Amino acid sequence: MKIYNGGKIVAGIVIFIIVVTFPFWYGKGKPSPPPQLSLDTPAIAQLQDKRCVEDVNFMRANHMKLLDAWRDESVREGKRLYTAKDGRTFEKSLSGACLKCHSNKEQFCDRCHNYLAAKPSCFSCHNIPGEVKK
Amino acid sequence: MTTNRREFLKIAGVSTLSLIAPAIVCPAWAKEKIIPVSNFPEALSPSKALTAKRWAMAIDASKCPADCVDCIAACHATHNVPDFGNLKDEVKWIWREDFPHIFPEVNHSYLPKIARARRPIVLCNQCANPPCVRVCPTKATFQRQDGIVMIDYHRCIGCRLCMAACPYGARSMNYRDPRPFITRINPDYPTRTKGVVEKCNFCEERLAKGLGPACVLACKEKALVFGDMENPQSEIRLLLEKRFNLLRRASLGTKPQIYYIV
Amino acid sequence: MLEKSLKGSRGYWIWIIFLLIVTAIGFIFYLRQLDYGLGVTGMSRDVSWGLYIAQFTFLVGIAASAVMLVLPYYLHDYKAFGKITVLGEFLAVAAVIMCVLFVFVDLGQPSRVMNVLLHPSPTSILFWDMIVLSGYLLINIFTGWVILSCNRKEIPPPGWVKPLIYLSIPWAISIHTVTAFIYAGLPGRSFWLTAIMAPRFLASAFASGPALLIIFCLILKRYGRFDAGEKAIQALSKIVAYALAASIFFVLVELFTAFYSQIPEHAQHFLYLFNGLEGHTKLVVWMWTSAALAFAALGMLIIPPIRRNDGWLAVACVFVFVSLWIEKGLGLVVTGFIPSPLEAITEYVPTGAEIAITLGVWAIGFMILTILYRIFIAVHDEKENP
Repeated sequence: MKIYNGGKIVAGIVIFIIVVTFPFWYGKGKPSPPPQLSLDTPAIAQLQDKRCVEDVNFMRANHMKLLDAWRDESVREGKRLYTAKDGRTFEKSLSGACLKCHSNKEQFCDRCHNYLAAKPSCFSCHNIPGEVKK
Repeated sequence: MTTNRREFLKIAGVSTLSLIAPAIVCPAWAKEKIIPVSNFPEALSPSKALTAKRWAMAIDASKCPADCVDCIAACHATHNVPDFGNLKDEVKWIWREDFPHIFPEVNHSYLPKIARARRPIVLCNQCANPPCVRVCPTKATFQRQDGIVMIDYHRCIGCRLCMAACPYGARSMNYRDPRPFITRINPDYPTRTKGVVEKCNFCEERLAKGLGPACVLACKEKALVFGDMENPQSEIRLLLEKRFNLLRRASLGTKPQIYYIV
Repeated sequence: MLEKSLKGSRGYWIWIIFLLIVTAIGFIFYLRQLDYGLGVTGMSRDVSWGLYIAQFTFLVGIAASAVMLVLPYYLHDYKAFGKITVLGEFLAVAAVIMCVLFVFVDLGQPSRVMNVLLHPSPTSILFWDMIVLSGYLLINIFTGWVILSCNRKEIPPPGWVKPLIYLSIPWAISIHTVTAFIYAGLPGRSFWLTAIMAPRFLASAFASGPALLIIFCLILKRYGRFDAGEKAIQALSKIVAYALAASIFFVLVELFTAFYSQIPEHAQHFLYLFNGLEGHTKLVVWMWTSAALAFAALGMLIIPPIRRNDGWLAVACVFVFVSLWIEKGLGLVVTGFIPSPLEAITEYVPTGAEIAITLGVWAIGFMILTILYRIFIAVHDEKENP
């Protein structure tokens, strides 16, 4: 079997593979340490039981889903109160609940989002309490 | 939910009393229901929320002083409505408009000058049969059980079909980022982002906390009355029973819920 | 077959590069629009749709080009169109892609466009328009491509194409009807609130689509070594003549209702178009130009000696295209907002950025069309001169 333009095709495949795998070998050997998230805020310091709405593992994995559900339920169904698994109730509010404790958005939310290059658009509308009061 | 209704009927009863006794003109619930908002989530407890089967508003335009913008200022400050300073980008939830433009079907040259010179406020009519809800391709605009026509700013794709569908010009598009044009951001209410349509929401976020609409509370003349149209004993129903009133472009069948006392 | 688009004359490549440059300029302005918002356009609170949606509306009409060839050929066995049905289908493909792009660039939140599918709303005409447009696009890509491949191999098209082609006929009617319903079902926009809107869309579509197709056939005859045949072009020109007559008639019918009834709500929009309102006259010159071109084209198309002359026919078809572009692409959409529901007269003028983006989308459409037609011509050449 004869391949027409074999040289060009092989060169093309090689360039393609190099480009596609570039991020892998470029970052090889340079582990990027996960960010240290700060829980050092006055509101959290005052809490006796240092527990978020749900437990840490759940929040870490599912906070975006939880917020999505909160968003739809409070805006579209008018259900503004969330009852956690342990029976405590919270207002479904990003600025009014989450950021009340996590008032250090830059050291908490942003650090991890930046690390993962996640760009949630929440804060193009929702206020960051510390920022707007000035 | 039964407790809610009972709670509301109680309030309605009080406001009925206030109408019967001519000395107290002010809506009683508006006085009584102002509660501190700070202690979440108690302020949000369902028993404190104001509920209705169909929210509506009556506007007595004769009470509006010529240059008063109290309700507008209160609404726009509460809801972070930007002021772009030009007509092209303009965003507004509530504003004053010439009587002939509000009621083109009623207007003619020999109406009393005083009536024609009036500039009542206009806002979203919270139609019972809203064309904007019908045309929205994503259900971003929807109607709640209590009649309030909402916009889910998370879902709006900015196609502006609702703006074409609204026969009242109640909707505004965010043609650009509104944040730099908000004089003072109210931290308790979100802003909008560029590319979504917005309008009056009948202060649904305040009703949930047991507070009346910002415009109603801001009006010193008590020209605005807010209440449940499905409750025959509500203040608004009793008021509309007594005073001749108009709807904007009622012939279109949209069933507006803003009643103008003329 | 796609590789055939990679071979062409110098003129072909200059044209492609020109279109690429126009597209690139449009894209740069689109990035600016993404960053700043739709405020870069001339649209306002009162006139909330402008050039983009108007182009969309006009191009839905151009997409009708296919059905006016498919219907006579497949339903009435009108053989003269056999050679060019694929040209009609490819024009429809390019037009529908432009339609979709124009709706997309008009969105305030384009990243959320999938919400239309995630939260389907059967009460929304825009939702149905998305369905009929994407369906029409698929039908025409499939039928056009399969038939061209079969022509190339000189085998009859597979059996399953026929039902698809028959389906494309009512489907073409549906894209105009549904697009007209976007406008015709809105309370309080009296300019659009007319049952004749869908028939008007169909009539103007069946004039503008085939007119553009005639122009392309004449260009291909002159520069592309492809002759659609005198009979096919003459038959098309008659279709344009009848459709244009119907289109003009429908507009006159609207004018009668508006002005004889003298209901201000109905008359004022037409008054704005043809006379201006309270000194606002931006569209008046355009609309009279459109009217003059329409009547001139009609005259030229119904006089046989003029129609049979390729040069005059081309002029008449350009007149039809320009006239209906003004009517749909400038007048129809914007005027629905003037005056506003609160009787404010806000005029609309597109901005430079808006025009650049619009031209960019047109350039993409023409590029798709050029490539598809290039393939068509190459397949044809191969058969004629093996």
